[in-house]
Amino acid sequence: MSEESHHPAAVSPIERRVAALEAMLTERGLVPGGFIDEITRRYESEIGPMNGAKVVARAWADPAYKKRLLTDGTAAVAELGFGGAEGDHMVVVANTAAIHNVIVCTLCSCYPWPVLGLPPAWYKDPPYRARMVREPRTVLAEMGCELPGDTEIRVWDSSAEVRYLVLPERPSGTEGMTEAELAALVTRDSMIGVARL
Amino acid sequence: MLAGSPGGRVLPVDGIHDLGGMQGFGAVGHSPAEPAFQHRWEAVTRAMMLVVAGAVAASGGEFRHSIERMEPGHYLTSSYYEHWLTAAATLAVENGLVSVAELEQRAGGRFPLSGPVLAPRIVDAGADVGKPRFEAGDRVLVREWHPPGHTRCPRYVRGKPGVVVRVDGIHSVPDVEAHSAARRFEPTYSVRFDAADLWRDGQRGVAVHVDLWDSYLE
Repeated sequence: MSEESHHPAAVSPIERRVAALEAMLTERGLVPGGFIDEITRRYESEIGPMNGAKVVARAWADPAYKKRLLTDGTAAVAELGFGGAEGDHMVVVANTAAIHNVIVCTLCSCYPWPVLGLPPAWYKDPPYRARMVREPRTVLAEMGCELPGDTEIRVWDSSAEVRYLVLPERPSGTEGMTEAELAALVTRDSMIGVARL
Repeated sequence: MLAGSPGGRVLPVDGIHDLGGMQGFGAVGHSPAEPAFQHRWEAVTRAMMLVVAGAVAASGGEFRHSIERMEPGHYLTSSYYEHWLTAAATLAVENGLVSVAELEQRAGGRFPLSGPVLAPRIVDAGADVGKPRFEAGDRVLVREWHPPGHTRCPRYVRGKPGVVVRVDGIHSVPDVEAHSAARRFEPTYSVRFDAADLWRDGQRGVAVHVDLWDSYLE
């Protein structure tokens, strides 16, 4: 932010508050060198929905893996090298033609970081958290996920230690695709459960 | 959370963060994809929260409660990273790492912090519950109570009947760890609630699952 110090009018109050706390903690020797850049790099290039997409593609391609994933999500996700904070207790819930799963955290922003990265802003904002447990059918339709009236909706509120991942249904017409090709079809929203593929 | 009354008596009030089922919010501000951090200050905030939580050895419960203690109007009108900033600064001030006066002087303006912890410190954490009382398929009833401090039992399931669908092992009770150096360990259960049991206007064919510690259940 040093270049911005020449133009103080362009710095917002929140930026000034963050800079104040950062400077004081740095002066006290509490911030390791390169820590902020490391966090940025990790979440911009290593941890994100591309990891979850690999898990989903593997489950589509390998029935034995799918079975392990639905039985012990944490161990099966770890087989692909993913795990750690906010992913120590993974439960994977599978969509079918008759059942649609969707995840939410009404109390804060719990989200499976190792497989989906950091949650999007809307997932943490009041409308999604307030409404998804009360009128999920309406919220999903508003978000473009219109479900037949007889589809059972299962909402999972991440209120304790488990973090959820939705396993979307494999789209038709994808027979013969490689795992990499399948992974490219999987969206973040389909693994939160606010979209179907 | 607690709020003062005109008579000076302290009344328990449920936290503003407990949003499940609250009405009056509009459409979800959905975007299909967004960068991990929209602004650099968000990444810095994330780093500062980790720095402060590490320096003061804050438990998960303490960290979450430092957000939940935000002034309700501020909570509802600020982004999640502003919640984190407020929580990090609050814990830093409460643990003597920095002072409010210096924060405000450096920021060149007001630096709103969360309100004080009003729940009493827990001295006796109580006995661990080593063996699950329930198994999948058991009908359970959530306790109807309104604790003054941190809890992970959402208000919208209190007093409601549900069915256990999963038992998830033994975990530290957040209600204890937010207010004590002691710990109590209990099983958690994933409990399925029929929307018709939760809401007067519950939608058909909807089940909501909430993960609850043993002591949240009757």
